[in-house]
Amino acid sequence: MIERLESPASWGQLVKGLVRRPVVSHALRVIHRISRAYVLRRSLKAILTVWIVVTATFFLVRLMPGNPVEVYIHTLISQYGFTYDEAANQAASLFAFDPNQPLVLQYLDYVRSLVRGDLGQSLVSPGTPVSSILLRYLPWTLFSAGLGLFCSFVLGLSLGMLMAYRRGSVIDHLLTALGSFFQAVPNYLVAIVLIVFLGVQLGWLPVTKMRGAVSPGLQPGLTVAFVTDVLYHAALPVLTYVLTTIGSWMLLMKSSTLSTLEEDYVTVARARGLSDGRIMRAYVGRNAVLPLFAQVAIAAGFVVGGSVVIERIFVYEGIGFLLLDAINRRDYPLMQAIFLVITVSVIGANLLADLLYSRLDPRIRRQTAEGER
Amino acid sequence: MSVQNGLPRRQRSVLGVVAAWLADLFRHDKAGFLGLVSVVFFVGLAMLGPLIVPEPGKPDVTKIYQPPSLEHPLGTDYEGRDVLTQVLRGGRSIILVAVLAALLSTAIAITFGSLAAYLGGTVDSVTGLVTDVILTVPQFPLLVVLSAFVKLDRPWLLALLIGLLSWPTLLRAVRAQVLSLKEREYVEAARALGLSTFHILFGEILPNMAPYIVMSFTIGVTAAMYAQVGLYFLGLAPLAGENWGIMLNLAWIRGAIFYKNSVLYILAPVLAIALLQLSLVTAARSLEGLFNPRLRES
Repeated sequence: MIERLESPASWGQLVKGLVRRPVVSHALRVIHRISRAYVLRRSLKAILTVWIVVTATFFLVRLMPGNPVEVYIHTLISQYGFTYDEAANQAASLFAFDPNQPLVLQYLDYVRSLVRGDLGQSLVSPGTPVSSILLRYLPWTLFSAGLGLFCSFVLGLSLGMLMAYRRGSVIDHLLTALGSFFQAVPNYLVAIVLIVFLGVQLGWLPVTKMRGAVSPGLQPGLTVAFVTDVLYHAALPVLTYVLTTIGSWMLLMKSSTLSTLEEDYVTVARARGLSDGRIMRAYVGRNAVLPLFAQVAIAAGFVVGGSVVIERIFVYEGIGFLLLDAINRRDYPLMQAIFLVITVSVIGANLLADLLYSRLDPRIRRQTAEGER
Repeated sequence: MSVQNGLPRRQRSVLGVVAAWLADLFRHDKAGFLGLVSVVFFVGLAMLGPLIVPEPGKPDVTKIYQPPSLEHPLGTDYEGRDVLTQVLRGGRSIILVAVLAALLSTAIAITFGSLAAYLGGTVDSVTGLVTDVILTVPQFPLLVVLSAFVKLDRPWLLALLIGLLSWPTLLRAVRAQVLSLKEREYVEAARALGLSTFHILFGEILPNMAPYIVMSFTIGVTAAMYAQVGLYFLGLAPLAGENWGIMLNLAWIRGAIFYKNSVLYILAPVLAIALLQLSLVTAARSLEGLFNPRLRES
């Protein structure tokens, strides 16, 4: 092998020889199959979306009239007497690109440092890498929004099935009305009402003590005290996420269950004399849940988006809270990085939900393979 | 298109159709009817509000955070201004901006969605890509970030931004519908007659989707209200003027939540927005029933 590699003349032969080897040709066939596969195309699309968002953000920050880089350079020059070059160098280290280079090179630099995980430095507290700030806040949002989404999905599915099985009953009407109500009312209004009533008017909850993501001074770890404290602080945001998203899960699951109940295989299962519980779990439930997985991604995007207001209201120190903080202080590198992280996590959630869905329902993969978009 | 070709005229007057539909709605879908009536009521009240109460409330330091009284049915705010006045006057701009944003996004969705489906090829792929990107980028955080770059001091600018970001869902639906409708016989016939693409799309295909489009428009109005009030509440749009979002912001910032007397100050805009949203969604759902009769039966 090595001798052959050293002589360029035989490279063509080498490739041919390689392809003919059974192991390699098998591998090539696998790669070919993967490239046609749903998973890979879906992942490529996600990467493409991330790239477009990264590019758009770069040009937004760099090219907008009165863009933050120019503004920053001019403040340095006028307030601190920097020369343009000094100011530009300072800005370069903060924004993770060099304003003296042509735009294309700046862009490539920016993308290169992003790939390495370098998101620049905070403008307000110079010397602090943006990524370290992000790492402090991001887990709380992932935790609270994820927990909220999970609880409302599970609860919503169960209630939706209950509504479908008891359709026309008092419970169905009551839950439909409640579901529509919470689906329609903006989540921040629900949060405000929770604070006004539970916190102040009735005085049941110490809302000011529940602020923050954890009580100050508590040692992180897998101790009972820490876990209960984390849940205590996340309770109100999670409750808001659950209340405002459960309605759509209930209503979606109800209509999905109703249409599944009419399928032939359910009739056949009944005719075979299977128990109702078994039909509900193995035949109706499983199939009715499938279409809802596609919605999880959209819901994830909405919950993350909504977290900006919800975290502000409950003073929960997650990434939405940080974003507002960054905007109020005009900390552009931080702002830009937070927006990227939020977008990338939504795209990731999208991808995950789609892959999960295609895993669970092979019809999707086949359909898209046949050329439908 | 008149009687001369001997075909019976199928058109009834628009008023007749609407009246028949309303009667039908009242009979079959009381909630939807109620939603529709309250939409008309709220929108009417908000539009006429500045005419009913021509003057904005005057600050009065001796009357800060007063409980409800005959003179001030909903109490007063942190400067002693009447809360009811603000509620009545604060709806117009919110509703106008939301409607404007929804009109814009609906127009974009219809135009590009139907063109993409009808022309196919490159146009379809490019619209598909742009749609996918805009759809996955979370809208509210993007608006929040944009507010740091764009000064949102003009209502139409707010409407423009929201409208430009909220068309993708409807575009996808329009595209799917046109894809299926364009194979129908009447479209074949129109094509055989040599009618223009423009006429086929907007004269033949789109009228069949009208109820669906009206429904999406209504949902679009609620989404635009959500984004708009959210921006005001967070203080990211300038707090000049009177509207429900600004009321929410000020009631929150000035600590109205912490006093028993001022609870109506914060609850008034909350209720106004929530009720309007609720009735819009209910009305939209009854339109869905009109569009899809199968739903009505179940």
